[in-house]
Amino acid sequence: MSHPERLSTSGGEPVATIAEPPRLNGSGSSESLATFAARHGLTQSSARPPLRQYVQDVWNRRNFIWSFASAKTSSMYTSSRLGQVWQVLTPLLNVGVYYLIFGVLLNTKRGVTDFMPFLVTGVFIFTFTQRSLQAGAKSVSANLSLIRALHFPRASLPFAYVIVELQQLLISMVVLFGIIFAFGERPSLQMLLIVPMLALQLCFNMGLSLALARVGAFTPDVQQLLPFIMRTWLYASGVIFFLPSLAHRLEQHHWLLELLKANPGSVYVELARTSLLASYRDDLHRIHWGDDHLWWYAIFWAVAAMIVGFWYFQRAEERYGRG
Amino acid sequence: MANSLKDKATGPQPEVTLDDDRDPIVVVDGLHIVYRVYGGGGGKGNAASALMRVVKREGRPQMKEVHAVKGVSFVAYRGDAIGVIGTNGSGKSTLLKAIAGLLPPARGAVYTAGQPSLLGVNAALMKDLTGSRNIILGCLAMGMTPEETREKYDEIVKFADLKPGFIDYPMNTYSSGMGARLRFAIAAARTHDVLLIDEALATGDAKFKRRSKAKIDELRKDAGAVFLVAHNLDVIEETCNRVIWLDDGRMRMDGDPDTVLGAYTEATGK
Repeated sequence: MSHPERLSTSGGEPVATIAEPPRLNGSGSSESLATFAARHGLTQSSARPPLRQYVQDVWNRRNFIWSFASAKTSSMYTSSRLGQVWQVLTPLLNVGVYYLIFGVLLNTKRGVTDFMPFLVTGVFIFTFTQRSLQAGAKSVSANLSLIRALHFPRASLPFAYVIVELQQLLISMVVLFGIIFAFGERPSLQMLLIVPMLALQLCFNMGLSLALARVGAFTPDVQQLLPFIMRTWLYASGVIFFLPSLAHRLEQHHWLLELLKANPGSVYVELARTSLLASYRDDLHRIHWGDDHLWWYAIFWAVAAMIVGFWYFQRAEERYGRG
Repeated sequence: MANSLKDKATGPQPEVTLDDDRDPIVVVDGLHIVYRVYGGGGGKGNAASALMRVVKREGRPQMKEVHAVKGVSFVAYRGDAIGVIGTNGSGKSTLLKAIAGLLPPARGAVYTAGQPSLLGVNAALMKDLTGSRNIILGCLAMGMTPEETREKYDEIVKFADLKPGFIDYPMNTYSSGMGARLRFAIAAARTHDVLLIDEALATGDAKFKRRSKAKIDELRKDAGAVFLVAHNLDVIEETCNRVIWLDDGRMRMDGDPDTVLGAYTEATGK
């Protein structure tokens, strides 16, 4: 994966011919080049900065991260005829497809009063995570020339790519609010909970994208694999079905149900639904399905993903330019 | 005080003289670079053979190891502009990448003050974005504040000297010379401790070469070091105060331009 590959000799000049390092010759003093360099305060050019300073470096690049994301967003649809209209049209078409299949053809309501708002919220929120991870996985490998030309903390790139997806999500959220109001939801103060919920999800996405950026930089195969993983995760997260409807089928496997409830994909989707949809809160209440755990899980996943992801990405900082 | 080191084992490479009166900025200590290339061609290249390879735990096919730099040692001091010459495949670009920290040493080490920046001939910054976006993002990425970026913006545009209007076109519409000019202009907007230029000026016209030479002199005065790889020996002669000649990954000569360029011209039979 990201570990340097074993040196073997399958061609070219064998490595065994590598000579001894330069030896001293004459003139009394026994100073080597390494100590000469150290005495003048030079450091190895491929060394990575300490974690604390690295965090500081990334924070200092916040302007770069935001500008990079905005530039990417605005250039995303420049080659298409409708241009930026696609930013709104894409989520709308998604809703149209899901309405056609699940609302009209299959009519899978199963325990949900207002299925369309339930479905659209789930799809939009999950898409944010899905697209963030797919973008994060290619963020380093797609910008090799930039990485080689300029020096900046490489973690800026996965951050910027997730910000691009955040900007897309905010547009989707406008569409989402239009739809849930059209389905009779009333504006309420509780809807404001969507803001801290999205902040936690953003944090989670960034952490996971950082980890995937490192994996994708050294093992591009993961970009082929990721769509399948994401689709499996989507089906396991209750995005297009009502998770509690599985409860009676999983009575013998209680741990599996707990696992499904702790799954971060499901946690953020459910949190968005309980924040935005009063009818969905009633549905859960009716079957005595507790949702108190959601916020704790959401905080846990956000913090854990961010810390582990950032640490994991930073550990390979000096190797990203090598490709 | 001056010490001398000699690399006996890899044959007759020039001695390294340590000059304590000057401030070193790059120390290359017995550097060996071995990199791997994954060959296209050869092998069967179908899914079944690829699977067998994974099952048998073999490496990727046609993996070759290239021993590109073989025990090079030298010290660069602040204010140096060093030309690196040699025939194709002599390890010039590899050496620069190693100094930039992009290739891991198989043995030996590179020590630098500050972070070196590498300007390569193909280093497009962000191809799908306009020239002006590239300027802003490039400056911010180098750690400049938005205010500093705004101040430097006009200077960069003027230095790059693009045709009118091109600054608002995406960079993938630029000719190679225009792209090289803009990249150099952006990189030169900040003072670098070590600037590595790999043929990046080769596609510029005569007017741009003159101005980039002035810029390199300026960077040298700011007490950094500049490394320049070029096949055009005139450029090296005009710009550099020291020339390193690489031959098959080994250092053949290290000295003032007249001597080294003279010997190089003689050896390559120009």
